[in-house]
Amino acid sequence: MSEHKHFISIWLFIGSLLLVYGLLILGSGIYELSHPLRKTLAELHAPIWWGGLLIVLGVGYILIFRPRREK
Amino acid sequence: MGSWPKCKRLTFGYTFRVDQSLALLILQAGRSRLMTLNTVDLIIIGVYFAYVLGIGYYLKRFAKSGEDFFLAGREMTAWIAGLSFLAANLGSLELMGWAGNAYRYGILATHWYWVGAIPAMLFLGIVMMPFYYISKTHSVPGYLQLRYGEPARALGAVSFGFMTVLMSGINMYAMAKVMHVVLGWNMDLSIWVSSITVVIYVALGGLLSAIFNEVLQFMLIWLGALLIPVLGLIEAGGWNGLVQKISVRMHADYTHLWGPMGTFDNPMGIHWTGIVLGLGWVISFGYWTTDFLVVQRVLSARDLRSAKLAPIIGSAFKMAVPFIVILPGLLGLALLPADLHLTTAEIADATGGHSYDEVLPLMMVRYFGPGLLGLGITALIAGFMSGMAGNVSAFATVWTYDIYRAFIKKSAPDNHYVSMGRWCTIIGVMASIGTAYLVRYFGSIMDYVQALFSFFIAPLFGTVLLGMLWKRGTRHGGFWGLLAGTASSIAMFVWVKLDPSAVGYVALSHKAMDQAQNMYRALWSWLICVGVTVVVSLLTRPTPEKELEGLVYGLTSVPSEGHLPLYKRSIFWAVVVAVVFIVLQWIFW
Repeated sequence: MSEHKHFISIWLFIGSLLLVYGLLILGSGIYELSHPLRKTLAELHAPIWWGGLLIVLGVGYILIFRPRREK
Repeated sequence: MGSWPKCKRLTFGYTFRVDQSLALLILQAGRSRLMTLNTVDLIIIGVYFAYVLGIGYYLKRFAKSGEDFFLAGREMTAWIAGLSFLAANLGSLELMGWAGNAYRYGILATHWYWVGAIPAMLFLGIVMMPFYYISKTHSVPGYLQLRYGEPARALGAVSFGFMTVLMSGINMYAMAKVMHVVLGWNMDLSIWVSSITVVIYVALGGLLSAIFNEVLQFMLIWLGALLIPVLGLIEAGGWNGLVQKISVRMHADYTHLWGPMGTFDNPMGIHWTGIVLGLGWVISFGYWTTDFLVVQRVLSARDLRSAKLAPIIGSAFKMAVPFIVILPGLLGLALLPADLHLTTAEIADATGGHSYDEVLPLMMVRYFGPGLLGLGITALIAGFMSGMAGNVSAFATVWTYDIYRAFIKKSAPDNHYVSMGRWCTIIGVMASIGTAYLVRYFGSIMDYVQALFSFFIAPLFGTVLLGMLWKRGTRHGGFWGLLAGTASSIAMFVWVKLDPSAVGYVALSHKAMDQAQNMYRALWSWLICVGVTVVVSLLTRPTPEKELEGLVYGLTSVPSEGHLPLYKRSIFWAVVVAVVFIVLQWIFW
């Protein structure tokens, strides 16, 4: 968000948070490969692709909304 | 067990009921928590708290004037205002309560998201927003003052403040309950930790901070809850598989929106007239167009076009919310073990079972391991906090501008009112904490909120609507209509509680359950409000037209969007949303 010229975009906050969450969840998913859980549909390895999705979203937001020097 | 007082409980029969304390405590002690969080889950939750507090601290420097603190400087884009508009409504009640209602009533619960929201949100954007925005009011009671004078403002502000504190208390209660049931956390600790966090970031950055965090929370809610329906549909074999499983289990129609509503013989015990007239008209239009909690977000928009677009953007996302709320409830109905029969909260407490409102966490436990579980719990906490912050920031504005400045200290420097807003944030949360300890009246959390809506929001909608569209409405008419509508709604509620057979008169059927009663009570109170307003207005002296400029249809110059390309016009996007809405009704008819 850039409603005010001095604000850091809210999307940058969101992007960085999603990146952190994505890394943590992806890491958990990788750990579960060697330590399987007794969960329904665990064989789909949801943490791996969901964590990956969060990382992609996070990096995307950061790149698009990173602070740029004003010309 | 937490230290939550459960031995005594108020009922609406106006008697104290003492539960079988010892037996109950033993049963509850035996009720194990649903899940245990891993280190990575706790890190995810901790990071979330650090972010919301950090955002509040960062934004404090931008919240210096009253306009900044109470209206976010009126600088929000349509997207931010629209997402915040929706996120403020996506509290714990939405996530937990409506997933529970979907389990209990089936797909009929979706009416609260579609016919009970979309037309009203579009109406707000296209018809009502110009009057709010052009009048430059800072609040809905502020509009009442401009249109009807101080008595109407006072009544609107006091009833809104009362309702908001109660709503905030409900949010806290719901949050503490889920943390206790799901994680075994102490309920008092949950209430205080979340409340203090909200106090800090709202008191620091005002509405600006609340809106920033609501957008963040909106994203987390979606990303934390979206995986449940995805995995659930895979397990159920798609929508058709889900429908088949439910019909085998329930032997009733739980998967059609309108088909079962020709009679009262459906899971909710409501006729389509109650849904269309009570929910789709009065409750929905009342909430989405006059509840300052949501309207405040739109008033923060940077220009009229953004203010008109914001509710339309919100409505598009609102149509999708059943995917993360209603669908998990239906999936729970189809997939959770048959012996895990969910019940009302009171029965669950007494038997050690699970209540309807626990269906969402139960589905999380079913699919989520460490990491995802932390994200799911964070989504719930985010929902709680966005709802709470919404209530608190709206309460601070109404108290400061419509009660304190209007009736207590009329002229003071701007920074005095900002300071009052900060203090009011703290006081409002403290009052909400108090009410959280009283909120244990209804089997389903959402029923209670709907009762409050019918008390205050339904008549308010009649008053505001006539104020905007009928220039003959007078100050006396507005005030007495609002008072009569509110009083009649409360009177009907008390009547049914004292004499349950009165349901047949109020809700047209003895089969009507709480939700159905709320719908009809709202409808009657709205009609009474409108009737009294019209009669009193016609009997009193008209307000001079010059005083109504910028407030009423026909006396307000609304800038045209005709010079804009089609895709930038608010009416175009409203039509797109309306078409999708109609198609959805047809698909799930």
